[in-house]
Amino acid sequence: MSASTIIGKSIPLADAPGKVTGKGKYTDDLSVAGMLHGRILHSPHAHARIRSINTSRAEALPGVKAIVTGKDASMPYGVLPIGHDECALSVDKARYIGDNIAAVAATTPEIAEQALRLIEVDYEPLPAYFDPLTSMESKDNWIHDTKPNNIEKEYHHEFGAPEAALASSDFVREERYYAGEINHAAMEPHSTLAIWEPDNRLTVYSSTQVPYYLHRTLGEVCEMPMSQIRVIKPLVGGGFGGKSEVIPLEITAGVLAKKARQAVKITYTREEVFYAHRGRPITIIEMKMGISREGKINTVLARVIQDGGAYCGYGPVTVLYSGALLGAIYDIPNIRYDGYRVLTNKPVCGAMRGHGTVNVRFAFEALLDALAHDVKLDPADVRRINLLKAPCVTVNGLRVTSYGLPECVEKVVERSGWNQKRGKLPYGRGVGIACSHYVSGAANPVTRSNMPHTTVHLKIDRDGAVTLYTGASEIGQGSDTMQIQMIAETLGVNMNRVKIIAADTELTPVDLGSYSSRVTFMAGNACIEAAKNMRAQIYAAVAKRLNCEVAELESRGEEIVSSKNPELKMSFDKAVVAAIDFRGALVASGAYTPPEESRGGKFKGAGVGPSPSYSYSAQVVEVSVDTDTGHVHVHKIVAAHDCGRALNPLAVEGQVIGSVYMGLGQALQEEMVWNNGRLMNPTLLEYRIPTTLETPEIECIIVESNDPEGPFGAKEAGEGSLAATIPAVANAIYDAVGVRINTLPITAEKVLAALQEKKRKSNGNDGGSINGAAR
Amino acid sequence: MEKELIQLTVNGEKRELAVPAHKLLLDVLREDLGLTGSKRGCDDSSCGACAVMIDGVPMLSCVAIASCYQESSITTVEGIAQPGTLDPVQSGWADAGGSQCGFCSPGFLISAKALLDRNPNPTHEEIRDALSSNLCRCTGYMQIYEAVKLAIERGKAIRAGDRALAERSS
Repeated sequence: MSASTIIGKSIPLADAPGKVTGKGKYTDDLSVAGMLHGRILHSPHAHARIRSINTSRAEALPGVKAIVTGKDASMPYGVLPIGHDECALSVDKARYIGDNIAAVAATTPEIAEQALRLIEVDYEPLPAYFDPLTSMESKDNWIHDTKPNNIEKEYHHEFGAPEAALASSDFVREERYYAGEINHAAMEPHSTLAIWEPDNRLTVYSSTQVPYYLHRTLGEVCEMPMSQIRVIKPLVGGGFGGKSEVIPLEITAGVLAKKARQAVKITYTREEVFYAHRGRPITIIEMKMGISREGKINTVLARVIQDGGAYCGYGPVTVLYSGALLGAIYDIPNIRYDGYRVLTNKPVCGAMRGHGTVNVRFAFEALLDALAHDVKLDPADVRRINLLKAPCVTVNGLRVTSYGLPECVEKVVERSGWNQKRGKLPYGRGVGIACSHYVSGAANPVTRSNMPHTTVHLKIDRDGAVTLYTGASEIGQGSDTMQIQMIAETLGVNMNRVKIIAADTELTPVDLGSYSSRVTFMAGNACIEAAKNMRAQIYAAVAKRLNCEVAELESRGEEIVSSKNPELKMSFDKAVVAAIDFRGALVASGAYTPPEESRGGKFKGAGVGPSPSYSYSAQVVEVSVDTDTGHVHVHKIVAAHDCGRALNPLAVEGQVIGSVYMGLGQALQEEMVWNNGRLMNPTLLEYRIPTTLETPEIECIIVESNDPEGPFGAKEAGEGSLAATIPAVANAIYDAVGVRINTLPITAEKVLAALQEKKRKSNGNDGGSINGAAR
Repeated sequence: MEKELIQLTVNGEKRELAVPAHKLLLDVLREDLGLTGSKRGCDDSSCGACAVMIDGVPMLSCVAIASCYQESSITTVEGIAQPGTLDPVQSGWADAGGSQCGFCSPGFLISAKALLDRNPNPTHEEIRDALSSNLCRCTGYMQIYEAVKLAIERGKAIRAGDRALAERSS
């Protein structure tokens, strides 16, 4: 067969023309005649009983068309079946500063704002919890009556004999790590336009990663059949997990539209985005690791506490990922994991790029680096020594089908000049290495349903246009382009023949959404299946016309050709007409459900972590540390990522570099700063994501392990590289100046304090690590 | 709310509008002129997504009072190129992966276009400095640099009148 012109070629994203001309429409760009403007009243108290709400003065304001409070949307919901603890507007209590109390729809934004100030809320302030460690010891005034001690969920997993393995290890280290809270800071603030249609249906345009979940939740809270609700996802200006569960404004807009019987748009301010949050939680990690003299990891024991904020959200999934993905990267026979998701009176944490894995990976890779120094081995060698022997099933039940990590390590070592630099650069300059991995979609859906995770439909009519109907949500990662590639490649046609209609619940079948890096693997496979089903119909007609066997037919270059006799061929256009013959358009469907054997073990919590496939990343970071100021300057990051197969290298590189960039922000400069539940930096001026000036050269090396079940061998590329960046930076700082910083972000102040501390006790060779003990 | 009549020259067209005296240029563009290419990404002029060119200089339309710019020529992302065509900076952006989610792209394109208009052959450092007032959360900026460099090459080819080269690099 001739080489593909579509798979493995760098292809500009299909929606790029709209994005570079300003013509592409995001939700806030949409408006309809007579549209009302919605605004939400947020709680000024971190924890308070709502005694009463008086909206009469606000209602009397001319231009106010609807006001809603908790009693208008009292059905609790949540992304997890076990976590329906949240109402779009609070019914009984405010549980964090920023919690949603009431909402107004008015003819202008100014009138809506003015009306909010006229709503009188009688609060009874309650004792509040801001620190997870204090909160989990609480005896009363719990945030939710159903959650004693403010513990949302705890999990305790043990595989092998971790304590015994620790005792028999040659070297053991125990460290405490802390990671500050991080926000996605997608450039597009959340926005929802809810339109009450003349026939009493509801149409909702929203900046969402998961139209299907929004569709379901709107049905529940608005008490309407899903068939009467249409959810459409326009262009989405970045998600990173922040739009992967239903956000209060989405429901509130729907409830307001239903009450006003008009169209209502709500767009968050940036400050509201920070308080709506759903980002990466403050995480405290106490980790022990035992390693042999030869560098083999015997065991890891992790106790992880996450500050989840005031509602469940994705919390239990986050804390399960933290434990599950201790596995599936290295060969570790003994694992103990104790994970606690704790409620506090703060905005809700949730899924963020690298969901659950990032902070624990930081701890693991930093601790492994310290142990590598204990056993006097090259940290790259320690990683080589502990590689999995894939394909395999890990001790915690994760099935690894393809494993490019060995090649990732070799590539970054070579490309970064690791062997020439590690431990050999002048004082103040150093290199660090770390690895990470991530799922290509969750093998078990949070919805606990057996329906396919993705379904797509294809239609071809007499004009020869191939139309793909897919629920998958393009959020900037390139999924529309990927799906067009899958269809065009399988049908052997040019990409411009394929039109895509996506993420509109009235037209497109269910896809579970753009999260956990599932779309390439799942929608990609569904597209291939649909195209093969379509191809079978075309081949049957062509074989009849050409008097040949179906089995000898191939599709390429806009033709159907016999592999036995190249003279026997038919153009795609003619083949389509032949196949349609006297009936209507050709239609075909495809679906994807993860195979049973990928779905993990049977223990409690085993459902989170299993994936049809895992991506792998290795990175080397080179830094300079200013020993007078503690400032860390990153010179270059080399990142190798095993994406199975790069369907579109341009998109893969963009995803990998973007992940590294986001990891770098968390490593050195991003943190949400809290004061009694109030965010001190709810702006992009003070929550400092890296600009061009703070971002070093990031080089992406693509590694292709060709996953046996991935679409053309592909697996995820959009998240897995984030986690390695943070420990690689920390390890590079150690190589540069001999101090280990165990709290994120690694600010200049922390580095300077550690350097001064090291100077004071200059007799140790342990490089400032506080609890580290070799024996 | 009391309105006043103002005249703005936007993308080469003179437009007459009745708007409140304090109305921000970004809101006038988006709400009164339907030019939604310019985006609001923040509350405090920190993200750059709203950038437009005012007399060739990139400025934040979210902190500009529209009525103050009646003597100026305003260019938004919609006006960078003639309808149906792409400026090299736009085609470079699309082809090099400068846009992922694309929300920041209009602001970046304005900054990049303004840079290349005044300096058609900038160094890497000059590109980095010129784009430092725009935030992108997706790309990590590497493919944005590639986009600008592609635009430089295409611009050179166009100026040299070498259509063949322009096509080869497109």
